[in-house]
Amino acid sequence: MIRIDRSRLPDVGVDPTFSFPAIVRHVLGNGLRVCTIEHRSVPVITFSVQVDGGSGADPEGLEGLSAIVADMADEGIRDLSAIDVSDALSRIGADYDVDVGGDAIDFTLTTLTRFAARGAALLADFVVRPRLPENEFTRVRQLRLDRLRQLKDVASAVAEQTFLRLLYGSHPYAHLAIGSDATLRNITLDHVAAFHRQAFQPACATLVVCGALSHEELLRLAEDAFAGWSAADSAPSRAPRASDVVPPAVPLTKLAVVTRDAAPQSELRIGHLATRRVTPDYPSLLVLNAVLGGQFVSRLNLKLREEKGYTYGARTSFEWRRGISPFALQTSVHTASTADAIADALAEIEAVRGSRPPTIDEMTLAKASLTRGYPRGFETAQQVARSVAMLSLYGLPDTYFEEFVPKVNAVTSADVVDAATRYLDPSRLTTLVVGDHSAISDSLSRLNLGSPQLLAAQF
Amino acid sequence: MTSLAIDLPFTKRTLANGLDVIVHEDRHVPIVAVNVWYHVGSKNERPGRTGFAHLFEHLMFEGSEHYNAGFFPPLQQAGALLNGSTNADRTNYWEVVPTSAVDRALWMESDRMGFLLPALTRERFETQRDVVLNERRQSYENRPYGMVTMALSSSLYSSDHPYSWVTIGSADDIRAMQLEDVQEFFRTYYHPANASLVLAGDIETGRAFDLAEAYFGEIPTGQRPGPVSNGAALSSEQRLLLEDRVELPRVYLAWHSPAMFKAGDAEMDLLGDLLANGKTSRLYKTLVYDLRMALDVSGYQSSREIGSFFLLVATAAPGHALTDIVSRIDDELRRVVEHGPTGEEMERAMAQAEAHFMYRLQTVGGFGGKSDQLNAYNVLTGNPGFFSADLERYRNATPDSLRAAARAHLRLERRVVLSVIPRGQHGLAVQGSTPVSVS
Repeated sequence: MIRIDRSRLPDVGVDPTFSFPAIVRHVLGNGLRVCTIEHRSVPVITFSVQVDGGSGADPEGLEGLSAIVADMADEGIRDLSAIDVSDALSRIGADYDVDVGGDAIDFTLTTLTRFAARGAALLADFVVRPRLPENEFTRVRQLRLDRLRQLKDVASAVAEQTFLRLLYGSHPYAHLAIGSDATLRNITLDHVAAFHRQAFQPACATLVVCGALSHEELLRLAEDAFAGWSAADSAPSRAPRASDVVPPAVPLTKLAVVTRDAAPQSELRIGHLATRRVTPDYPSLLVLNAVLGGQFVSRLNLKLREEKGYTYGARTSFEWRRGISPFALQTSVHTASTADAIADALAEIEAVRGSRPPTIDEMTLAKASLTRGYPRGFETAQQVARSVAMLSLYGLPDTYFEEFVPKVNAVTSADVVDAATRYLDPSRLTTLVVGDHSAISDSLSRLNLGSPQLLAAQF
Repeated sequence: MTSLAIDLPFTKRTLANGLDVIVHEDRHVPIVAVNVWYHVGSKNERPGRTGFAHLFEHLMFEGSEHYNAGFFPPLQQAGALLNGSTNADRTNYWEVVPTSAVDRALWMESDRMGFLLPALTRERFETQRDVVLNERRQSYENRPYGMVTMALSSSLYSSDHPYSWVTIGSADDIRAMQLEDVQEFFRTYYHPANASLVLAGDIETGRAFDLAEAYFGEIPTGQRPGPVSNGAALSSEQRLLLEDRVELPRVYLAWHSPAMFKAGDAEMDLLGDLLANGKTSRLYKTLVYDLRMALDVSGYQSSREIGSFFLLVATAAPGHALTDIVSRIDDELRRVVEHGPTGEEMERAMAQAEAHFMYRLQTVGGFGGKSDQLNAYNVLTGNPGFFSADLERYRNATPDSLRAAARAHLRLERRVVLSVIPRGQHGLAVQGSTPVSVS
């Protein structure tokens, strides 16, 4: 009989040992990099193809192009129409999705192991040989134009779009993947075909296969489906990668408002450009973010939600890209509390830089929450495949997952303050409010951020 | 088609105080899922106090007698992921912890089941009331089409029906809530006899039961609340309109349909896929793909304990009228009622059902993980092993059973037709609609 002592919390035992499954790397004859990982809990398999480029590779004036190219992948292959393709996916119960990031496009397909070959063949056709029919292009583009119209009414989308513009100016990371009305209208089917020809090359892609089969079987599936992907004759693009483009000198906007009449809440973004994902300070920045705004018990959420009740939740994050990435605080607060919430948020960012360094308890909590729960991120084949694809996106070593826990545990309070001092700069912060300007303008004037720049949503 | 072995094995025991304990072993990853369901939701509220069950859920994270501070820190420090949610029928709470922290998670869960009230202060209560008001603003009031659930609930059900209000509650009711209301609610609904605990993952079954007994066995039992039941029916078609901050009009068609797990429920779920899920679905293909009258189409059976509703939704493409869209939808509904699904449609639906049941076995914890499913089956059917029977419901569906369900439940003359339109543009609503007020 176990006896319970309610006078004190039970200690946590020794952290269970966890080792990330082996990643075996191969290169096919056409230059395609393939990673195989055995994952045997359930007879399910995930294929993930990552193609370099993404929305950061959209040519100027054609913003939204890579997202349309990604959309067109399953709009017709071989002798199959878009509808036939959808039917073929349903018949193997496939879960298929495309993610267009700033630096790459990720195509992911999950299916039952017994349908593995059919799933791989479909995915290869999507990525390598989409038919790109004119009628489907027109339809897909129109759907995206109509979706843009709807986004104007979504406060968080308006904030996202405007904030990127304020931070990045004319940089290739400055736009949402969907682009804008004007740029979508510039895009033709020829642009789509040219982009596909240029960017979708086996040497610029990585395939991850993770499932309940042996490495040999996983590799054979990859070869059977993708060996026929031949490199195009055309020279690769000479445009610099978005991650190599130096951000232009954007004049600092301290305070901006996009008005939304009678809005019950103000959608807030506060931040500035910070650093790249591959910085050696990454573990310190992770801990910094956890203390400041990266978890439920962060300073920011405890202040704005649990103490003040201004919001349903508030958080901060480094929004990682290969190139220079933003630090951003985001929340949605009651209109009447807008200025107070901004003042509290700015004060928390300032304090973590030194006047209130992380306490021992905060450090223990932040590090434990990042490391102790680490294994649960690798439960499904899809989670494992996406994690391995992340390694190729940022050029991280295969030992990354094994090293993560000790590296985070080595971070000290001084490291966090040092990282905060170097990467968070209150004098460079941009505060953006999407809310009812007439209701909040008086209180905003008390923030000492100057008079706000009034902006319109630009979709 | 060969049937896959798709199984969710478990062991169940009931403690002397009435708490159901269910254990499922899965040793692939060194984590354990702790999942608790209380059989109480917004359907147990009364008019004037709507939103209470959900506000109460927030209070469960504010501390209990023996750990009188936030619920999150000691668990996050142990590497846990945790959350909770409330719907019309139930409230659930879960932690996913490293194997080494199971004791701590059970200590915390049992402390708030047995000893919540001594830690509850007026200040904590009032702050969470503000947080919930902000949740309501963020998730409903400040979101395009966000007030639709309120309009649909109040028009599908009469005002004394517990599904006539939504789980978030009315803002006035939330503001009017008092600390004193909490005590009674806790005593009525938060006790072992009205709860179910699942431990799933990297834990040996015998030890799991020993731990459950040790931590929860001492909590006094309570009286299991009686079932809430109430009939609901529509006698006519109701055409309503709601103005919103939106660019494009959207129409919602809603019908009453069989309760969760009752005859016809799986068929309605399959009809949702057949009509409006994916490019091959009939309405997507017709309205979005072929005719381009709509930007999107969706549809589903919203299965609930004492009565479900079936919903079809379409957003008009610029220049197209909701009235025309509804007319096309009605044509398709008549065809389904007349001819039922095709063989191809059934094959596709079966393949998807099999795969989705398999995908459901991939995670032990969190919303929809294996622990949550075992609790759902236990609380709503009394049998945690209902997983296999659930899959059989789908395998047993036939073109005739789908056709019969469509004929019985998707009647054009008994439904709600709700148009959501840009402010001041009543002419864009389905013809004959009258304004509905929501707050």
